[in-house]
Amino acid sequence: MKKLLNTLYVTTEGAGLRKDGENLVAEVDGAERARLPLHRIGSVVAVGAVYVSPALIGALARGGIALVLLDRQGRFEARVEGPVSGNVLLRRAQYRAAEQPEEIVRSIVSAKVANQRAVLQRALRDHGDDFAPERRSAVEAAVERLARILRRVAFEAGGVDVLRGAEGEAANLYFAVFDDLIRVPDPALRFRGRSRRPPLDAVNALLSFLYTLLTHDCRAAAEANGLDPAVGFLHRDRPGRPSFALDLMEELRPVLADRLALSLINRRQLSTRDFETRDGGAVLLTDAARKTVLTAWQERKKEERRHAFVDEVAPLGLVPHLQAQLLARHLRGDLDAYPPWFWK
Amino acid sequence: MAALDEPIAISALQHAVYCLRQAALIHIERLWEENRFTAEGRVLHDVAHTAGERKTKGVRRVTALPLASARLNLTGVADLVEFRRDGDGETAFPVEYKRGKPKLHRADEVQLCAQALCLEEMTGRPVPEGALYYAEPKRRTAVLFDADLRRLTEDTAQAFGTLVAEGRTPPAIWRAARCRSCSLIEVCRPKATARSATEFRRRAIEALLDDDLGAGP
Repeated sequence: MKKLLNTLYVTTEGAGLRKDGENLVAEVDGAERARLPLHRIGSVVAVGAVYVSPALIGALARGGIALVLLDRQGRFEARVEGPVSGNVLLRRAQYRAAEQPEEIVRSIVSAKVANQRAVLQRALRDHGDDFAPERRSAVEAAVERLARILRRVAFEAGGVDVLRGAEGEAANLYFAVFDDLIRVPDPALRFRGRSRRPPLDAVNALLSFLYTLLTHDCRAAAEANGLDPAVGFLHRDRPGRPSFALDLMEELRPVLADRLALSLINRRQLSTRDFETRDGGAVLLTDAARKTVLTAWQERKKEERRHAFVDEVAPLGLVPHLQAQLLARHLRGDLDAYPPWFWK
Repeated sequence: MAALDEPIAISALQHAVYCLRQAALIHIERLWEENRFTAEGRVLHDVAHTAGERKTKGVRRVTALPLASARLNLTGVADLVEFRRDGDGETAFPVEYKRGKPKLHRADEVQLCAQALCLEEMTGRPVPEGALYYAEPKRRTAVLFDADLRRLTEDTAQAFGTLVAEGRTPPAIWRAARCRSCSLIEVCRPKATARSATEFRRRAIEALLDDDLGAGP
């Protein structure tokens, strides 16, 4: 199995990154704080004001190591990459498939709905006794309705628009009971429906940040496998949007991001102190909280699971890579469909 | 031979004779998984691939010599060609440097034979033999370019040329001995690609829906 390479997140304001031989060196106030061999790094994410030397930028680009700049709030700013890699025949196959995307979308939406439902089932199984009876029956009802949507998506005919509609319907059902999965009494940590740009509560701020991290990994996985991150199947093309990276992310969101958000809150690794509210109601993670989240994210990516289709044990952090690879194999004619990732 | 606007690299033939799919994954899909074996091979080649010429006792030793064959649509660079003075001229004798030991399959011989076919076309003189230099016995193994080897080399060049022209990657066929030592096994996935993904999806979802009594993940 391919190695899960490190993603280096640099969040210290004013930190400097430079190249020294075949190593990346991170400095703060002129003192060396970290030294990593370049061949152990999969990508570098710099958050806020971080200085990166031109020699290091060149070495990263040559080595196919993505360099991503995020602003202090974790929003995407820029990405530095080397020459376009991969295979033009694969990209053409991707563009052709994007004209008739129905079966690929069916795989993506099936797995997304199945994995959302699995998140709810898992919460019922692990903490069902803690639920107030009416909340418990609400979550159980959502599980059942998601099963109906899953059956429809997987086994009934329907074009891409029908599938997109089912995906939206499932998301509404799922997020309608998401607050019931939060087990801390703090009123500032309640989930009040999905909001973004800007997130209007702490849970949304946390989800948005985790989705940014996951998008980054999915984009890197797409590029590493020679796919065009901008040409999607479920997501329509829109200039500047990494539609395919967003597609790749859909099946993984419930497990890699949503469950991590829940456990950070439920295990009280994050509390109200970790969020700040701006004028106008936007809620942001504090710098310290972002470090907590990044550490938990890196740890979560190391957890191993058996990949049902490939039939090998792989860390969760490699799942975007495996899925991009399987999609590429489908597009090149090796596989009769795109095998989605079901959380088991 | 299908019409091609780009010649095929001689070095691709060693992949093609080992496994046409491996060659397609490397040269058409542009997938390259560097493992320990290929990394060592690269270091060895960096040393051999410094152009130069030395002359000793009637043998001209030319390193990093560019080669081509219009007939077979091949191009490449020979590690070393010895031009040996005999009678009315020089006979070329290609030498290719290889990591490890002599192998049971004929990939290295085919690569060397392709160099010989290029040299014959370029010099207009027969090239009857050459040698593979293996790093592990640190010794040359002589290779005779007989009719069998020439046919295998030409057939391989033709089959691979057709794939490249069509941009096609052939399906995986699991062959334990070869697949296990292949550096591309994790991108080829010879076992997974033999499965039906449609069937996998249907069964996985049926199992999830049957499992409604809360077994879940």
